[in-house]
Amino acid sequence: MKVGVLALQGAFTRHAAVLTDVGAAPIEVRTPEHLSGVDALVMPGGESTTMSMLLDIADLRQPLVERLAHGLPVFGTCAGMILLASSVTDGRSDQEPLAAIDIGVRRNGYGRQIDSFEADVDVGGEGLPDWDTPFHGVFIRAPVVERVGDGIEVLASVDDSPVLCRQGHVMVASFHPELTDDRRIHELFVEAV
Amino acid sequence: MSDITRSTGTQLVKRGLAEMLKGGVVMDVVDPEQARIAEDAGAVAVMALERVPSDIRRDGGVARMSDPEMIEGIKAAVTIPVMAKARIGHFAEAQILQALGVDYVDESEVLTPADEAHHIDKWAFDVPFVCGATNLGEALRRISEGACLIRSKGEAGTGNIVEAVRHLRSIMGDIGRITKADSAELFDWAKRLQSPLSLVQEIAETGELPVPMFCAGGIATPADASLVMQLGAQSVFVGSGIFKSDDPAPRARAIVEATTNFTDPVILGKVSRGLGAAMPGLEIDTLETRLADRGW
Repeated sequence: MKVGVLALQGAFTRHAAVLTDVGAAPIEVRTPEHLSGVDALVMPGGESTTMSMLLDIADLRQPLVERLAHGLPVFGTCAGMILLASSVTDGRSDQEPLAAIDIGVRRNGYGRQIDSFEADVDVGGEGLPDWDTPFHGVFIRAPVVERVGDGIEVLASVDDSPVLCRQGHVMVASFHPELTDDRRIHELFVEAV
Repeated sequence: MSDITRSTGTQLVKRGLAEMLKGGVVMDVVDPEQARIAEDAGAVAVMALERVPSDIRRDGGVARMSDPEMIEGIKAAVTIPVMAKARIGHFAEAQILQALGVDYVDESEVLTPADEAHHIDKWAFDVPFVCGATNLGEALRRISEGACLIRSKGEAGTGNIVEAVRHLRSIMGDIGRITKADSAELFDWAKRLQSPLSLVQEIAETGELPVPMFCAGGIATPADASLVMQLGAQSVFVGSGIFKSDDPAPRARAIVEATTNFTDPVILGKVSRGLGAAMPGLEIDTLETRLADRGW
């Protein structure tokens, strides 16, 4: 199975390394041709303003919107979550979200870098395997999920704010599972594909 | 659910922000207006400073940390991370920058050093630090002091890429040689590099620096960005190269596109067209001050 990693900017090599570990074949996606050849997509952390601009320059936005509408499985972390959300607060006014999952996020909602943190989060939900240990989440200038729409599965929370959500084929995390050695969240995504 | 323990200021979150800046361009800016132009052009972060390196070079005198009011103005103008420079060894400037809430402190040779023997103990801070290096030994000494991001120094303010290339080739070359060394040779490497053995052993195992490595000093064109990315840099810092060129906004955007598509000469050719004049360059041999020689 070919899992694309959006490689415009950000932590895409770290995601690719984890995907290789869990048995997927990662492909770096920079063009519409790359996108048409993948069965699923990971959208990494990075700067959402930069990535959003590069999506337009690379003529990737429209093909991506179409693939998402046709059920392309996608996993977005941090900036990837911001790009996939249906509404963004504290972003740039020209930052157009892909609206693939019905959540509202506040950019850098946990604060600046000095407030970036690590925390153990309990992951669980219907149909999920029982995890006997929490997942160690790394939150870097992370977005806060302020609103979840109907039909959103909240798989993990920190202080009552969702940090891992799923709606159908779209999964988003406000933290960075690609920065730690725990492969369980990537496995969850790849198995669902 | 309100009892979750949060750990801040850890190596993982400090190095993690550098991971998020990979494949991007950090741009020097001197006021909120330039910061907005940089963000509009797709910068992943801005470096707030009073004068860009080419002006520091021209004006001479002591270059210091920027006015906090200017840094606050830039923080308010953009949504991307804001970095700021402290003098080498000037931990009081770094403490002020941390209190101001900047996202990364650059302990920078572009400013006039405050201490001739000691860099800042960067472990004592929650804010992450980036430091320059001309060779692998210098990079590892900075990492041992707590730096979470290394940038090859190049020669700032010259618009001349030759020093950046020399430093990158030196660092990448030694990393390659260490990965081929046997375990006994690593002790000698540590001695020659004047660096902690544990970091040398880590490189032997992983084949890369323990922290991300970006490139700075002399980048003036999209092709320069591509060159240093192909030589192993993971992002670029552009100082005078943008706002000392004829037409900053299109050049800034072109360098961003070049950094993403650094292996694609067709795209590089496309984005390099019609950018106007690049910043005026300087021959290294004519320089009165070699900024890269500052720091130990």
